[in-house]
Amino acid sequence: MSEIKGRIHSTESFGAADGPGVRFIVFVQGCRMRCRYCHNPDTWSMEGDGTTVELTPDEVLSKALRYKSYWKNGGGITVSGGEPLLQIDFLLELFKQAKAEGVSTCIDTAGNPFTREEPFFSKFQELMKYTDLLLLDLKEINPERHKNITGFDNANILDMAQYLSEIGKPVWIRHVLVPDLSDFDEDLDKLNEFIKTLKNVEKVEVLPYHTLGKFKWENLGIKYTLEDTNPPSAERIDNANKRLCAGKYACKG
Amino acid sequence: MAMLEQWKGFKGKIWQEEINTRDFIQNNYTPYDGDESFLAGPADSTNKLWGKVQQLQKEERAKGGVLDMDTHIVSGITSHEPGYIDPEMKDLEKIVGLQTDKPLKRAFMPYGGIKMAEEACTTYGYTPDPELHKIFTEYHKTHNQGVFDAYTPEMRAVRKNKIITGLPDTYGRGRIVGDYRRIALYGIDRLVEAKQDDLANCGNGKMRDSVIRQREELADQIRALKQMKVMAASYGCDISKPAANAREAVQWTYFGYLAAIKTQNGAAMSIGRISTFLDIYIKRDLDNGTLTEAEAQELIDHLVLKLRMVKFARIPSYNELFSGDPVWATLSIGGKGQDGRSMVTKNDFRFLHTLENMGPSPEPNMTVLYCDKLPDTFKRYAAAISVRTSSVQYENDDVMRPVWGDDYSICCCVSATQTGKEMQFFGARANLAKCLMYAINGGIDAKTKAQVGPAYRPITSEYLDYDEVMQKYDAMMTWLASIYVHTLNLIHYMHDKYNYEAAEMALIDTNVRRTFATGIAGFSHVVDSLSAIKYAKVKCIRDEDGIVTDFEIEGDFPRYGNDDDRADDIAVWLLGTFLKKLKQCHTYRDSEATTSILTITSNVVYGKATSALPDGRKAGEPLSPGANPCYGAEKNGLLASLNSVAKLPYEWALDGISNTQTINPDALGHNEEERVTNLVNVLDGYFDKGAHHLNVNVFGKEKLIDAMEHPEKEEYANFTIRVSGYAVKFIDLTREQQLDVIARTCHDHM
Repeated sequence: MSEIKGRIHSTESFGAADGPGVRFIVFVQGCRMRCRYCHNPDTWSMEGDGTTVELTPDEVLSKALRYKSYWKNGGGITVSGGEPLLQIDFLLELFKQAKAEGVSTCIDTAGNPFTREEPFFSKFQELMKYTDLLLLDLKEINPERHKNITGFDNANILDMAQYLSEIGKPVWIRHVLVPDLSDFDEDLDKLNEFIKTLKNVEKVEVLPYHTLGKFKWENLGIKYTLEDTNPPSAERIDNANKRLCAGKYACKG
Repeated sequence: MAMLEQWKGFKGKIWQEEINTRDFIQNNYTPYDGDESFLAGPADSTNKLWGKVQQLQKEERAKGGVLDMDTHIVSGITSHEPGYIDPEMKDLEKIVGLQTDKPLKRAFMPYGGIKMAEEACTTYGYTPDPELHKIFTEYHKTHNQGVFDAYTPEMRAVRKNKIITGLPDTYGRGRIVGDYRRIALYGIDRLVEAKQDDLANCGNGKMRDSVIRQREELADQIRALKQMKVMAASYGCDISKPAANAREAVQWTYFGYLAAIKTQNGAAMSIGRISTFLDIYIKRDLDNGTLTEAEAQELIDHLVLKLRMVKFARIPSYNELFSGDPVWATLSIGGKGQDGRSMVTKNDFRFLHTLENMGPSPEPNMTVLYCDKLPDTFKRYAAAISVRTSSVQYENDDVMRPVWGDDYSICCCVSATQTGKEMQFFGARANLAKCLMYAINGGIDAKTKAQVGPAYRPITSEYLDYDEVMQKYDAMMTWLASIYVHTLNLIHYMHDKYNYEAAEMALIDTNVRRTFATGIAGFSHVVDSLSAIKYAKVKCIRDEDGIVTDFEIEGDFPRYGNDDDRADDIAVWLLGTFLKKLKQCHTYRDSEATTSILTITSNVVYGKATSALPDGRKAGEPLSPGANPCYGAEKNGLLASLNSVAKLPYEWALDGISNTQTINPDALGHNEEERVTNLVNVLDGYFDKGAHHLNVNVFGKEKLIDAMEHPEKEEYANFTIRVSGYAVKFIDLTREQQLDVIARTCHDHM
């Protein structure tokens, strides 16, 4: 039995918006990025708080398998967060066991930990053997703006997208649309150009910014810098969908 | 027997020789596994008639909930002149027949109780004819009078203190579904002949009470059948012979139902399972070229339009129990046959399609008998209608079929009954949460301070001990089950005597199976309370008389609704234990005791009468409805909650386990295609686990709040939501109930 444990913020039995079908969502604890619109800032700290639990891959899987009967049409497990790739050893073990049970596996990631350096890269290559799909969040194509949103550069993230394209691993590209932060025509067009170079994209999803996570910032006592930002208008959402050719990608889900 | 002209093209033998609608259906229906693309939009006539009805509904709301009432005529099958939606558009009505001479005019029905019939009138500003008062007090007794004549002091006490609530002693018990299809298939004359034959063969010469009663009931049934013919004739229809075409089949079937709703104002008046049956007639006409798809849809739209108009005169206390003026004109569609074939026909699509052609509506209570093997196209269409209208409920055909066969109907909100073979004695609810408090307080009611239950020794310790509580609870449940069943026995005796359902029973086999349907209220609160006592520390707060009226909970405890076996095992135990106690009691007319976990909107009134509980629920707060977990208890999302409810064995609650869930559209998927797929996934997964029932609402809390604040907005006129076991127009609920609906968990993980 494996000794590796995951630091889990929480789980959700009914995820219908994070990958194909109905999915069990595992929210891991810990993320380095500090996205200004993040709706889960409570998952940022590596240690977590009183509600964070340490669970073995086995424990997480048996929890998830209680929902197997709901997983027709491609449903399964999505690991989200937090940043799943920061707990890659746990993730690898969980997905190995999940695949042994025939369960669809999906990672919802912003790609920030990705590097072709060791020891990460070998582990990542191994992980991809047991991963069916990645939901890759490209927050901005423009490095400056990316840094403004997240505090980090995006070069390694775009590199990850390219690597996944090289190995033909299916991805859904997601872009959170935030007025004044990630909703610029020129960037959307550039992002579209970039996505077009990838051979593994099954779906492009524009996720309109919402304010449902705002109360968490207040609870945590962190200043919310988007106080005056409203969700994008229907026209801007439509515009982004068109510029990113969201309707054109064939999706098996 | 020579084949009748009306039966031309129909196959099978047994149904020709005996009254056997099921055999006819199985021999003649055509399953359909295509999609909804064949469906036709609303006919001009439908738009006009529905427009008129909507206008009348608006007037009705403006007048405080009642448009018009009869104050002079005692309602009966032949009591009224024919009525039409609009006399000037009379010819547009493909299916005719109203309860009274005018649309939405409520009939005067005194047999259940003259006091209630009068109160219903005076509440809305009408004055009932004093002559009727005289007749039904001086010359003719009513059901309500009979019940109160015979009640024991203990029965009055449990009723007054509301540990047993919603008893059908002030309203009709309902839930009896005549096999209305028989009129279409056989015509009245043949049905009379069969009942006369039963009468001739009833009793074997020995005049026991049961034989005498049976003979009298058969005579009443035959009279009712003959009156149906007279009623139909007043609309220009001769129903003495079988229906010869689709329009007649729909019309003849509806006449049977109309006879029922003219003579009974039961809490639930289901029309039953008619879609597959009627499809046989429609298909025959379509094949003959005598009917088009548009005309077929028009027939179904017009039938459903009539079902949307069913009204009864109710009293305020009834409306508190069953809010929003529901009648449970429950219509069951879908399902699978014993031979494995899907029973979905094009007509099942047509009935769902009425929710598009005429928009959302609470009635008829549209129920999909769901199972894994239904065609995917049908599942998706039903799910799409749910996503758009929140007007559909789902029940698991795979758990019901083994018990009730493949021709059962939903007779109430969620309870199944074999069509034409069975009747139910409906029995409201026992409040098991109050019973727990009686166990703690030695039979004293913490709200009223009265000694209602037996004066067993109360709990005197400061902290509750699980084993001690369980022992006392067991004893108190034994008492409650027995007084509950005794009370119901008495009620049903009187209902049979003074308010017998001759019209429905005339369309049910003489040798009828009877079930005795009890119910549980406060279910999830008892489960969480016992879990709190077991896994946390629960301190009693006593008032100056030493009665426990509140609690303090120290520590955390597992709660029902999180797929946590520690709590869910208590739930299964509770159901099994109470059922066992019910089954020990003698039941009226040798009926079979069943139970249910469904509370309708009564959870609000029940909650008012219930003190604080050991699970942390405060005094007077609504109980959670049906088998739903307590508000705020669900911490792991929709499926964890569904899994908990699915653990309750349907076999132990054959009367139904109702579960109502609301899902935010964005949490169900990014677009309608995804939402439909995911809803089908949820239904497949839930029913695969053996669960019984699911009400599905797809909307966010914001919409409810806006509708509560702005009921005048056009978009909310027909805004329908599913509550425990039925659907209502949200704006027809009391503010209290609106707040209760808003307070419930909306699954909105995004």
